[in-house]
Amino acid sequence: MLTEQERERIREEAGHYDYAQAACVEALKIVQEGHRWVSDEHLKEVAELLGMSPEALDSVATFYNLIFRQPVGENVILLCDSVSCWIMGYEDIRAHLKERLGVELGETTADGKFTLLPMACLGTCDRAPAMMVGGDLHRNLDNGKVDEILGRYRQPPET
Amino acid sequence: MDRPLTGDLRSDGGVLDLAAYEKVGGYEALHKVVREMTPADVLKEVTDSRLRGRGGAGFPTGQKWSFVPMGDDAPKPKFLIANADEMEPGTFKDRMILEGNPHLLIEGMILSAYTIQATNGYIFLRWAYKVAAERITRALAEAYDKGYLGKNILGSDYSFELHLHTSAGRYMCGEETGLLNALEGKRANPRAKPPFPQVSGLWGKPTIVQNVETLCNVPPILRHGAQWYLGLSRSEDGGTKIYGVSGKVRRPGAWEMPLGTTMREILERRARGMREGHSFRGVLPGGASTDFLVEAHLDTKMDYGSVQAAGSRLGTGLMIVLDDKTSVVGMVLNLERFFAQESCGWCTPCRDGLPWTARILQGLLEGRGRPGDLERLEMQTRMMGPGNTFCALAPGAMEPLQSALKYFREDFEKLIPKSDAA
Repeated sequence: MLTEQERERIREEAGHYDYAQAACVEALKIVQEGHRWVSDEHLKEVAELLGMSPEALDSVATFYNLIFRQPVGENVILLCDSVSCWIMGYEDIRAHLKERLGVELGETTADGKFTLLPMACLGTCDRAPAMMVGGDLHRNLDNGKVDEILGRYRQPPET
Repeated sequence: MDRPLTGDLRSDGGVLDLAAYEKVGGYEALHKVVREMTPADVLKEVTDSRLRGRGGAGFPTGQKWSFVPMGDDAPKPKFLIANADEMEPGTFKDRMILEGNPHLLIEGMILSAYTIQATNGYIFLRWAYKVAAERITRALAEAYDKGYLGKNILGSDYSFELHLHTSAGRYMCGEETGLLNALEGKRANPRAKPPFPQVSGLWGKPTIVQNVETLCNVPPILRHGAQWYLGLSRSEDGGTKIYGVSGKVRRPGAWEMPLGTTMREILERRARGMREGHSFRGVLPGGASTDFLVEAHLDTKMDYGSVQAAGSRLGTGLMIVLDDKTSVVGMVLNLERFFAQESCGWCTPCRDGLPWTARILQGLLEGRGRPGDLERLEMQTRMMGPGNTFCALAPGAMEPLQSALKYFREDFEKLIPKSDAA
């Protein structure tokens, strides 16, 4: 179930438009903020709030690279696989990440910390290779830098 | 001021807030326009400036705006949309302005909206630009507070509401009509044209969709005039262009320079040439969906007409360099995989042709090349050429492939085993 606060935020987004459907991507992102991914249950709830059929909403949800219809880990790693990053060493970074995390592209680590996904051009090609982790952009990557970044996310939260 | 788009950017990567933007002449054009110019006056100035679209297609901006129905009988509301879904691989120019000077975009949008008498606008921003989203949100609030946005702008009878829409990542959203469907909350499939969006766009109302860089040219044109703007250029078309270079050059980056600067000057003077141990083989001059050019073309001016005459397109104006250590076939495979993944699947040639193309290329690289593969690839470039698909995605995808087959044919041929039938 969505929380009342989430439902309220979705209604508010829908209020910005003459047609509630226009808020559907925003609504799915609100769901992901709280739950990381969009389950069938949540999809049905959002569809009802926006006056859409679940099928129509799912056709939009599955269209986007960043709406997740399967569970993802705490931090989603989006590794740019487009042309400039490919030229500048994407394949080496990918191999290193797969080895360090023990997962293939599209998989989540056993501890649920990371999901590793390939991503289309991140628009920072002058500082390739690049990736985003949990929404933060990291560029000019090399293996050492990748290790350092992963380490930061692995540290237990300070108390 | 010969760099009207980026000359005022802060060197520390920070953002110009409203006060800082006003200090360098920001919103002066808006004051002037609402006080003393009619929409027709503004349209004439922009048309005379010979500003052309900076998103890839290069359509003359004034002409595009002239198709919007005007007058009391025109359908309402009309919309102006900034296409900030920068997702063309190898392109990172709009990010600079969105992060560094969002008020320039906002002022450009208000002025453009005034010209077509649009009352509502959206900035369609890609999800990955998190920093830009924060800064645009703050800038919009500042502009509303100051009376630059909202009802009766600066005491005039003109009103304009502007909102930020952040998308969720899909190349198709950058296609004009796909973007309209995305804003309406549908899959970003392209729409049939005609009707063109200028007449029937968002929710069936007249709509102009314009690239970020294009819109940012409008305030300086109106502040300093069309003649000044034409004088910035080394080309028949007006203004400057944000050029950029990625790949194995010494100093990758993006720089605003006169429209019509040569490729050689950008590559050698700004990007400082190739990295040690690498030599130049070719370049995609304006993003992933443009034809390769080679050494012989380096003195080509980077403007619309010259790049086209050389056999490619100016596109976004951001170059991707191919060096001698990078596999041509591998690079083309990377490009075709991107396009295959980002195809919306709406029309058959694109949905099936792009994965097929990628499979042939992958076969070549994995030692499974067969006689006839190059002919099959050439067939794809014709089947997915202009006119055979619903939108420009697949024809764009064919541009690097067809030109790679032309200029680097031996790289493909050597992956095909000689017939052992003899």
